[in-house]
Amino acid sequence: MALQLSSFDTELLAGIHGEAAAFCMRLLTRFTDAVGAESFIDIEAAHIDGCLYLGQVSLDFVEHLVRLKGRVRVPTTLNVGSVDLIHPELFHGDKEIGTNGARLMKAHEELGCMPTFTCAPYQTMFRPRFGAQIAWAESNAIVFANSVIGARTNRYGDFIDLCCALTGRAPYYGLHIPENRRAQVLVEIESLPEEWSDAGPACVAVGHTIGKRCGSLIPAIIGLPVHTQEEDLKALGAVAASSGAVALFHAVGLTPEAPTVEAAFEGYQPIETIRLTADDLRRTVRDLSTVPDGTPLVGVSFGTPHFSLEEFVRLMPLVEGPKPIVDIYINTNRGVLEELGKRGWDKALEAQGVTLVIDTCTYVTAIMRDMSGAIMTNSGKMAYYAPGNIGVDIAFGSLADCMASARAGKVVRL
Amino acid sequence: MTDIIAAVTLVPGRAQGQTFVLSEPLSFWGGLDSATGRIIDQWHPQKDGVLSGRILVMKAGRGSSSGSSVLAEAIRRGTGPAGIVLMTRDAIVTVGAMVAAELYGVSCPVVLASEFDWQLVGDSWGLTLDAKTSEAMLQVLTAVL
Repeated sequence: MALQLSSFDTELLAGIHGEAAAFCMRLLTRFTDAVGAESFIDIEAAHIDGCLYLGQVSLDFVEHLVRLKGRVRVPTTLNVGSVDLIHPELFHGDKEIGTNGARLMKAHEELGCMPTFTCAPYQTMFRPRFGAQIAWAESNAIVFANSVIGARTNRYGDFIDLCCALTGRAPYYGLHIPENRRAQVLVEIESLPEEWSDAGPACVAVGHTIGKRCGSLIPAIIGLPVHTQEEDLKALGAVAASSGAVALFHAVGLTPEAPTVEAAFEGYQPIETIRLTADDLRRTVRDLSTVPDGTPLVGVSFGTPHFSLEEFVRLMPLVEGPKPIVDIYINTNRGVLEELGKRGWDKALEAQGVTLVIDTCTYVTAIMRDMSGAIMTNSGKMAYYAPGNIGVDIAFGSLADCMASARAGKVVRL
Repeated sequence: MTDIIAAVTLVPGRAQGQTFVLSEPLSFWGGLDSATGRIIDQWHPQKDGVLSGRILVMKAGRGSSSGSSVLAEAIRRGTGPAGIVLMTRDAIVTVGAMVAAELYGVSCPVVLASEFDWQLVGDSWGLTLDAKTSEAMLQVLTAVL
């Protein structure tokens, strides 16, 4: 198959729109060949996951584009970096990573990217619209954009996300194409644990299961708790994209491309049906913890992905009361921090011993003061990655369980 | 007789080395130490194997797209494989090798061979890759005993 180039693509390659765009288009052409696409499309937005410092090459790539005077051609948001530029004192990791990581974040801004530094760009003013063609990186953002919003992106990542941003073009394949978005696997939740009042743990359990069992196939889920909200679907997608390569799920009656089961499958039959019972969900949630109840905690971490204002609204009533005896960390972004400031909530949280972490995240970099014991979280994604990434034990629980445990100093369940 | 195998070029270049066949897919991110070229994935059956200077043969890729950075970083440091033979197209590997070539001029050719030649490639002692822009050729090398 031959790659079809538009006249604009040809101009990009010829350097008419600058040396940086030509460099990016060369890489993009090679990538397009590797994924077997035949043409490019215009994109409306990009989200870049290149701010995390993974070695000299991370910086060399972006500095090269800065030297060539590169500029993004579409609104471009940035994922978390290696350091909190608002609170640099929080970082206590390797000096080279700190210095080069900060430079890497700044270099992206010099290319015209927005300093959002968040893994939840869908909860900022740059939230894409339904049906928008976008080139997004960061697995949880990809699955949210596709599933909850109905925007269209593949699982872009390292280097290629930035190439799309600097050219405004993306290869037309995979989930950019409408017919590739229909459901393939039916996930039927037959019963829910009646003791779970919060939709969070059920959504995390379902997400973890579809990641393990669907791989990169597209599931349609029926039977989620009736009070499931955007925040719960965010947690579902984040863990599904950690335990597997899920880039799109449909939740029947909840997500825009699945008003009904028939609509989600577009008339096709499921190639597989997965049935889940309350016991399956309980077991999945239990297995996310690497330590038993009663284990002493050294910290509690929220906001992987970054906490939204709505999640702070849920948390604030739980924060009132006796001061917790272990450190609490909440990862969020600059936009939400500003909203917290307006409400005086940042001060209220600080007074209760909460550390707000901006621009980065507790499981990708050295932020937490004490990592000698177990950490508790309500995030399936954190539970999945933290034991390997930062070598800590994890207790998973609902938001309310986490707060109660922070006061008890050990893992307790309500 | 020497076996010559036709392949498709994903990243051009020439390389020669001893074959390293991955028995299971490897995520470079979290699985390869770019400082030493060593496999560090605790669960991989070839943990502690060193890829430096080898012709890496892999049936399929796996894992986070951050693998592109890790591969490019390994090639930059000179700890990466000399060349890579894929049996299925893989964007993470292609992009990593491509970025190293563009930024540092260090070539780690990547070619796509046919499933049909898996046995021949996988059983080889060593391989020579000649990946031109249009087409690629693999030559099977036998150990000099």
